[in-house]
Amino acid sequence: MNIITVLLIVIVAFLAGMEGILDEFQFHQPLVACTLIGLVSGHLTEGIMLAGNLQLMALGWANVGAAVAPDAALASVASAIIMVLGLDGATASESVISTSIAVAVPLSVAGLFLTMICRTLAIPIVHIMDGGAEKGSFKTIEIWQYIAIAMQGARIAIPAAILCFVPSDVVTAALQAMPAWLSDGMTVGGGMVAAVGYAMVINMMATKETWPFFALGFTVACIQELTLIGLGVIGVALALIYLTLKESGGSAGSASNTGDPLGDILNDY
Amino acid sequence: MAEKIVLSKKDRMAVCWRHQFLQGSWNYERMQNGGWCYSIIPAIKKLYPNKEDQIAALKRHMEFYNTHPYVSSPVMGVTLAMEEERANGAPIDDVAIQGVKVGMMGPLAGVGDPAFWFTMRPILGALGASFAMSGNILGPILFFVLWNVIRYGFMWYTQEFGYKVGTSITQDLSGGLLGKITQGASILGMFVIGALVQRWVSITLTPVVSTVANDEVNIIDFSTFDGSGESLRDILVQYDGGKSLYDTRSTTLQDNLNSLTPGLLAVCLTLFICWLLKKNVSPIVIIIGLFIVGIIGVLCNFM
Repeated sequence: MNIITVLLIVIVAFLAGMEGILDEFQFHQPLVACTLIGLVSGHLTEGIMLAGNLQLMALGWANVGAAVAPDAALASVASAIIMVLGLDGATASESVISTSIAVAVPLSVAGLFLTMICRTLAIPIVHIMDGGAEKGSFKTIEIWQYIAIAMQGARIAIPAAILCFVPSDVVTAALQAMPAWLSDGMTVGGGMVAAVGYAMVINMMATKETWPFFALGFTVACIQELTLIGLGVIGVALALIYLTLKESGGSAGSASNTGDPLGDILNDY
Repeated sequence: MAEKIVLSKKDRMAVCWRHQFLQGSWNYERMQNGGWCYSIIPAIKKLYPNKEDQIAALKRHMEFYNTHPYVSSPVMGVTLAMEEERANGAPIDDVAIQGVKVGMMGPLAGVGDPAFWFTMRPILGALGASFAMSGNILGPILFFVLWNVIRYGFMWYTQEFGYKVGTSITQDLSGGLLGKITQGASILGMFVIGALVQRWVSITLTPVVSTVANDEVNIIDFSTFDGSGESLRDILVQYDGGKSLYDTRSTTLQDNLNSLTPGLLAVCLTLFICWLLKKNVSPIVIIIGLFIVGIIGVLCNFM
């Protein structure tokens, strides 16, 4: 990799790191991060394919309350860099992508620890901001807010830069040294890992009322002709119908006996 | 009487822009407090010309705060309205402002998490990924653009909404609307997750359950192949007609399960993981466990 590519990759990594905490623009999502790294390194198509596969794994990864999810930022950036190194070392693109997906998981755990360190380091930073508030200094608060964000960016940018300087033949050798049972097993495991993300989502939303909709989604999806957009439309329609019926059902119940004309007729007999 | 100090649209836009960096100084002590204080600075500068008031305002906005970063916007809107009243002499004390912030952040976070992280991101992400897996650039672009348009639109309009209705927003949101949005999002989310489990959790069991010899008439007759294109075409026609390439027909365990319903194992696995998560098993442990199962499966030839 030449110096400009490395520089661009580090910038992408910095953005991903920032977003890992901000969670606004979504630069840390595999779909965006891997595509950008693919773009700046000249392996756009492979980057997009890796992006799609990793995104599926990371769909349900979100920080909610005290629960800590695997870190998407380091996973997507580092595995994209490994993929680029492997491709530059002329390893076949398919096997590089599948091994990059496999290494993403341990990386997401490593990223998690880095996040926790940064969030602890942010405590003295807000104490400095407190000091700024005490003196009425807007500048102090603003500058330390930027420093805190930059620290989160560096969290991903530094490992990314280090990774860029690993010679590509070392990565290639490591990839090729991987026995078939290991990479095949990783691929099989990768197919199941998506379930973890979905399970996290389900635990968050499942109630007695919503379980039937899960069953509906599962069975309707067997119809292969339906695209995701189509499934989304059905989902929205079901939600609207359910909410409307629930509301009218509630009011009809209080409107008492005239709500059921057939029942009234039968009663008259 | 002095002229009323109001926050112009420009001030409110500045706050909204800064509000995107809310979580930048997220810390284990007071969570989003630094980012909140940073966001509200343009308003404080405008509303309080004198130094003591500025210091007091900065200090009260360094208090503990934590919610979902997008639904924080209506809270910000309401806070701006209250600060504006206060700057104009209304008797609103620190406790009232902190009370509104804390009172709103809990229920709103309860809407933000399912709506954005667990409905919108899986749906847009899955949509983008389905294009991306075949190397189509449309996937990432679609995800990035749609997400950010929806996100910033939501942040700006809900902040404006909060600012206009001021303190009445808390009552307004607790009057059923909030519950409906949460429920609608959960229904849509559960439906889509059900679909995604079927489509994208892949488990394939390879053991062969039975091997049956194919009927003579159902096997492609390769004896006619003489290397010419014509005979190849003849074979392909037979194949297209549903004839088998082999002498025997084997049924794998997977074929049997698929005839019950495709994706049965996937849904069982997902529900099992749900249960594990409820038992407080870490997601990381589960992920690593699944890889180990995969490797064992390949080594023992059953997956």
